[in-house]
Amino acid sequence: MSKKDTGAIKQTSKAGKIGIYVVLIILAITIIVPIAWVFMASLKENEQFYGSPWTLPNGLHFENFVQAWQEADMGSYMLNSVIVTALGIGLLIIISLPAAYVLARFKFKTSRFWNVLFMAGLFINVNYIVVPIFLMLVDADSFLQSTLGHGFFLNNLFILALIYASTALPFTIYLLSGYFKSLAKDYEEAAYVDGAGYFRTMIQVIFPMAKPSIITIILFNFLSFWNEYIISMTMLTKPTLKTLPVGLMNLMAAQKSAVQYGRMYAGLVLVMLPTLILYMCVQKQLTEGMTVGGLKG
Amino acid sequence: MQRTKGRGRFIVTCLAPAVILFLIFMIYPTIDVFRMSMYKWGGYTADKTFVGLQNFQTLFKSDKFYNSFQNTVLLIVLVTIVTFSLALIFAAILTREKIKGQNFFRIIFYIPNILSVVVISAIFSAIYRPEVGLLNSFLNLFRGEEIQWLGSSKVVMYSLVIAMIWQAIGYYMVMYMASMANVSESIYESASLEGAGKIKQFFSLTLPLVWTNIRTTLTFFIISTINMSFLFVKAMTQGNPNGSSHVFLSYMYLEAYTNSSYGYGMAIGSVVFIFSFALAGIINAVTKREEIEF
Repeated sequence: MSKKDTGAIKQTSKAGKIGIYVVLIILAITIIVPIAWVFMASLKENEQFYGSPWTLPNGLHFENFVQAWQEADMGSYMLNSVIVTALGIGLLIIISLPAAYVLARFKFKTSRFWNVLFMAGLFINVNYIVVPIFLMLVDADSFLQSTLGHGFFLNNLFILALIYASTALPFTIYLLSGYFKSLAKDYEEAAYVDGAGYFRTMIQVIFPMAKPSIITIILFNFLSFWNEYIISMTMLTKPTLKTLPVGLMNLMAAQKSAVQYGRMYAGLVLVMLPTLILYMCVQKQLTEGMTVGGLKG
Repeated sequence: MQRTKGRGRFIVTCLAPAVILFLIFMIYPTIDVFRMSMYKWGGYTADKTFVGLQNFQTLFKSDKFYNSFQNTVLLIVLVTIVTFSLALIFAAILTREKIKGQNFFRIIFYIPNILSVVVISAIFSAIYRPEVGLLNSFLNLFRGEEIQWLGSSKVVMYSLVIAMIWQAIGYYMVMYMASMANVSESIYESASLEGAGKIKQFFSLTLPLVWTNIRTTLTFFIISTINMSFLFVKAMTQGNPNGSSHVFLSYMYLEAYTNSSYGYGMAIGSVVFIFSFALAGIINAVTKREEIEF
């Protein structure tokens, strides 16, 4: 913010400038206050929720968190969420990296077809197709039921992770191949001359260069897998297998009848805290990474 | 070329897993939406009867369907217009003006985008609570009567609009800031030497220069609004009060699951698909401009 380059530009008037600050600050407040309020509410006693919402907690009621964690099972839902998110990201990276590389840098008979098909996938939102996916798994399970005696596909954290990874493929491949296309051909030429095969070239030369893009992909998909609840709610019907956001939905529904507000807001904090912490650590990467993407599902 | 032998095998090995999963979990279900829309199908049983377009006939006579259609269009129009104008204006201010704490504002504005829609819905449920909600207790300072933000069928859609704008605005603002930052300072200098004011500069320089970016994001934003509106309705209102706040996909989900009429649900799904593709096509055509570079 040097003062030198402002010389030629007409400066906004003082009043205009103050107006701009006021609007920006109001907008910032509308974002900060509700979130801060939730943190405060998670420490309140249940009785306090019938009075003014602006009172401070009458003591730090951490028992809300204990209740949410144990009685409302948010602890085991958290574990489920961690498993599904980690598996989903792992699968996605392993599957999408080689595919994006080949689609971006190899010309072969059907390469155009696959490129176009994956691009078309960007327009298919998973929530449009959640019902057919569910029915497909029901069919597969009832077939297994009749031959093996037990189902496999529904109520399976691994399958949920696989669905997450598969439906994230179009966007991920689009992002990665955009990066791979920008690389010079010389990298491969040099590796081939040194006697490296296709696989070694890809894994030892190309992938390490893609590290920034890979980190961007991990960040975006961590947020979308961690926060997802429609597919999770549909594919995991067993109560013990719920993921964190679905558990929170239950707490929200229970809150209407049994009036356990403190516990619900504690659950809310449990769901958003990991994403907030991650954001604080990597906000620069995240807000800069999006310039490559420019769109999201 | 002695390399060509391993080349084919390499391509197949790399591509096969992605292609197989993509076909199973995205392409096949998409085709299935359209196929199943022509069956009458109760649920877990195997009786499926082919009924042709009968599901669509029922659909186009259903008031509930038109209500969800109307709600979806209302959300798309309002959320898109407000989000995009505000995001563009704020992005322009934060990149063009010498604002102190620019980074701070950017970090704060982006936060809603990292939260789960369930979390946002829970936050807004607290804000909208009629007796002791954050909003009414604040408004009570000025006026007496309570507004039923989520309880009145007249207001509920606008309450959803506000929550959706709150969620989306920061993301788009940060993105436009990134593309506006690429515009070189000298263009603005010469424009202001020629006497163009800030507002004129915004419309005749900034907007045209980031137009390509606006255009792509607009198409995707509209498609994602169809989806986001479902997430919000599902977590915040469940279609209530009295089913008045249903949107396309929540109505589809309701028919398919709660009423177990999968065929009918998929007929709604087909309409949603066609609607969103048509809309994307129209937006794309309407927003076409000569690309401008300086």
